[in-house]
Amino acid sequence: MKLVVAVIKPFKLDEVKAALEGVGIQGLTVTDARGFGRQKGHTEVYRGAEYQVELLPKTRIEVLVDDEAADDVVKAVVAGARTGAIGDGKVWVLPVEQALRIRTGEMGVDAL
Amino acid sequence: MDTGDTAFVLISAALVMFMTPGLALFYGGMVRAKNVLATVMQSFFTIGLVSVLWVLVGYSLAFGPDKGGLIGGLDYVGFANVGQAPNPDLSPTIPHIAYACFQMFFAVITPALITGAFAERMKFSAFALFTTLWLLIVYAPLAHWVWAPGGWLREFGALDFAGGTVVHMNAGFAALAAAIVIGKRRGFLKEAMLPHALPFTVLGAGILWFGWFGFNAGSALAANGLAATAFIATNTATGAALLGWCLVDWLKRRKTTTLGAASGAVAGLVAITPAAGYVGPMGAMAIGFAAGIVCALAVGLKYRFGYDDALDVVGVHGIGGMLGALLIGVFATTAVNSAGADGLLAGGGLTLLGKQAVAVLVTLAFSGIVSFILLKLVDLVVGLRVSEEEELAGLDIGEHEEAGYAFTEGGGGTAPMPAPAPASSSATIRVPQGDSA
Repeated sequence: MKLVVAVIKPFKLDEVKAALEGVGIQGLTVTDARGFGRQKGHTEVYRGAEYQVELLPKTRIEVLVDDEAADDVVKAVVAGARTGAIGDGKVWVLPVEQALRIRTGEMGVDAL
Repeated sequence: MDTGDTAFVLISAALVMFMTPGLALFYGGMVRAKNVLATVMQSFFTIGLVSVLWVLVGYSLAFGPDKGGLIGGLDYVGFANVGQAPNPDLSPTIPHIAYACFQMFFAVITPALITGAFAERMKFSAFALFTTLWLLIVYAPLAHWVWAPGGWLREFGALDFAGGTVVHMNAGFAALAAAIVIGKRRGFLKEAMLPHALPFTVLGAGILWFGWFGFNAGSALAANGLAATAFIATNTATGAALLGWCLVDWLKRRKTTTLGAASGAVAGLVAITPAAGYVGPMGAMAIGFAAGIVCALAVGLKYRFGYDDALDVVGVHGIGGMLGALLIGVFATTAVNSAGADGLLAGGGLTLLGKQAVAVLVTLAFSGIVSFILLKLVDLVVGLRVSEEEELAGLDIGEHEEAGYAFTEGGGGTAPMPAPAPASSSATIRVPQGDSA
């Protein structure tokens, strides 16, 4: 099993979700996040005072998938999240030792 | 007695009342989310507090029979002798009680304006005590000097149609004293203190603009041409000031800001207040445009001089009120109001400008110095500032045991007290040091 984690632009969430549904994922966790990458934030100005806001609002998504599905899921995230501009975010894949569905007690791939 | 005048003044009084909840939104949007209730409460509570003080003794001190040009006598304590018949010296065509009601809401909004300076760090108890003392010891005498028959500034010949000195300069320089006495917010200029809900602020500015028609046109105390003159002067100045502030924003960064537009509108309303019944629409336009530009630059003064006037009461109300009071000396014309005077452009020479300058200096000194003393006194009695922990966690929980925004069912967003953000966590700040003034 793999855990696919992505940090994306918040307004791309709907497209990413649609793309993920297109490759048949069964579930998704979404968290509001803040962070910065190489682009280092943006400027806000209030009554002439300039603030360099370095932590931007981002959306973090997590998808738990079967090993074989991981590549397709990554591709779907990229397809949904990419604008080509700086700040599009990142996707990474982690190995997962175990998973368990709380209601039924099913384990492993059956729990996905 | 004139029923039309009476109806107009009572409705104007209600319009002026509505300005203070508008101010609550205007200020509430500019503070951080953890202080929104404490900020809104300071304005809203003032409506109740000053309404009671005004009936008990405030009105009498301000508008009671003159004692030596300095203060009103106690004849109107508890609104005794404030009856349904007109008082010919104050308002010959409306009931005396209608005049007293109209004046009440000026007394309400003035101390509420000051709260922007000490926002996000003053104890509620200190605020309530200061507001009480300030209303009776600073506001009531100054209102007497400027507006009451026999008041020395009125007899001297200084003009203030609707409260440029009594309300705005008075609040603005009390605000300067407050910012100095209470000190800076923790983290000022080290961490970002961004407005949390500017739509509140823009809506608040809109409510202020609406209510201000009661403030200025209502100050004619009659449903007549002078009221209409003040109405168009008010609106024209406000529009021009909005444009002026946006122009400054645009020249700096090629962007306009909504906070700039809202602030510009308020600056225009402030500046036209003393002049609304003495200038024509073109004079009003000039005053408003000047106010938009000057106040957009004046809000940078706090960075240069190092005082934390959190919501720019000094820059908008102090400087805007001063500008309006002085520009009466330039743009006033008796063609608009025969009870006024001719300023520089109407061939009146420098006489009126000189008198206006005296009124400005007197207001600035009296308000600044007495407010300073009162704040020091309140600091001794109850302490002005909340604790450092409370300031970091927010005054909503600390002072009121409530949260402004509850996004989960487990209680408000800030309870229990969250760890403070490290000082340099999320922003670097560049303030207008060199390009102000």
